[in-house]
Amino acid sequence: MSTATQTIDNPADPTAGLPTSIRVSDVSLYYGAAQALKSIHMEVPQKKVTAFIGPSGCGKSTLLRCFNRMNDLIDNVRITGLIELEGQDIHAPEVNVAQLRRRVGMVFQRPNPFPKSIFENVAYGMRIQGGIPRSELEDRVEWSLKMAALWEEVKDRLKETALGLSGGQQQRLVIARAVAVQPSVLLLDEPASALDPISTLKIEELIHQLKDNYTIAIVTHNMQQAARVSDFTAFLYLGELIEFGATQQIFTNPKKKRTEDYITGRYG
Amino acid sequence: MNKHISEQFDEELQSARTLMMEMGGLLEQQLKNAHEALLSQNAEKALSVIEVEKQVNALEKELDDQCIQIIARRQPAASDLRMMIAVLRATTDLERIGDEAKRIAKLSLQSGSHPFPDDRFADIDSLMDRVQVMVARSLDAFARSDVDNALATIELDAEVDRQYRTVMERLLRDMREKPEALELWMNMTWVTRALERIGDHAKNISEYVVYLASGEDVRHTRTNNT
Repeated sequence: MSTATQTIDNPADPTAGLPTSIRVSDVSLYYGAAQALKSIHMEVPQKKVTAFIGPSGCGKSTLLRCFNRMNDLIDNVRITGLIELEGQDIHAPEVNVAQLRRRVGMVFQRPNPFPKSIFENVAYGMRIQGGIPRSELEDRVEWSLKMAALWEEVKDRLKETALGLSGGQQQRLVIARAVAVQPSVLLLDEPASALDPISTLKIEELIHQLKDNYTIAIVTHNMQQAARVSDFTAFLYLGELIEFGATQQIFTNPKKKRTEDYITGRYG
Repeated sequence: MNKHISEQFDEELQSARTLMMEMGGLLEQQLKNAHEALLSQNAEKALSVIEVEKQVNALEKELDDQCIQIIARRQPAASDLRMMIAVLRATTDLERIGDEAKRIAKLSLQSGSHPFPDDRFADIDSLMDRVQVMVARSLDAFARSDVDNALATIELDAEVDRQYRTVMERLLRDMREKPEALELWMNMTWVTRALERIGDHAKNISEYVVYLASGEDVRHTRTNNT
């Protein structure tokens, strides 16, 4: 038994030895009096895919939204604890929230392209940043669309409206828009749940390719998707981080009974 | 273990498990009959073992099919996945135990197997007993996901292997000393070899029990590599 144990990752610290992108220390979040996150501790490793799973209302999307301070937009939200992006406290007074969100891009469940051309959708963030010459803008749009595996499908119709694209294409366009400003982290909140199976597989393939360059955090209801795309999986339940481990371990041999019940579809 | 939200899934898993236990029970009976066939020269028992082997093969295919259906339709995870993998693997080992039982039954029918000399009789009898205990314990351990019992059963295989080597050395000596009974010695060699293989299969099943219950793969580990 002893020799076999050595091959199992250290469950106490699954990301040991990996550089950290986001460090979460004792984070709690309250909507008014209701506590939605309860003293979360975890480290999201750099250039890996970390999946957040758990039943509806477990706090997984809330936690994801903490990483780029999207919860600031909601009234009555109070956050305690520390969230660091590459060592920097994201709630520090000197942090510019717009810049934080450029470093930590986000893609939502429903693709939300702007009612503009495909080109302008991708160029949007760079135009806001300003100071980028037209030729470089064009290069960056092409690069971003290639990163999002969409270039071949749209290169001849960049001036057409983005609203004419299929749902799956729109979602890849939104990902191109997010990577255009060269973030270090991409937050994906149910990015494929509104898509058909083929588009879903394309998004999953894209996630696999993007992790060479970006830290990816994905919230998904689809456990098989978490199993397919992620390196690490965090299971949340009623606002608590129940288990965090290598995906390979979580899906074959979870240590906590609640995790086991959830991923095997049992009554908890 | 809590029930699945899908009752149908619970029933499918239960059905596969029950079928595997039935197959195990059938094989325990096969070994018992092969034992009697060989040591009491009971041809009726031998023929029954050969006939029942067809049922064993059919059960293997049915179990495979059930497991494949569950994997394809349910995409089992965690303990459910380990259960499917363990059942699939154990089924293969059980089927091979069946092959060995049939081999022993067939050998018992051969004219060369005239009554064994007393001391060789005792050798085979005791090895037969040991491997039957191993098979029974590995199946008990499987039924109860009992890691301790599985590990203890794995330990027993070392003794079976030691005894196997001793019997083989004696048979070699017999061959040299009484070459006129070569057919008998050869048959006994085959039987001894079959028994040693049955011990290995029971050990394999016990290793799957450890995987099933704890997620640990103890195959080919140092303490266990005999």
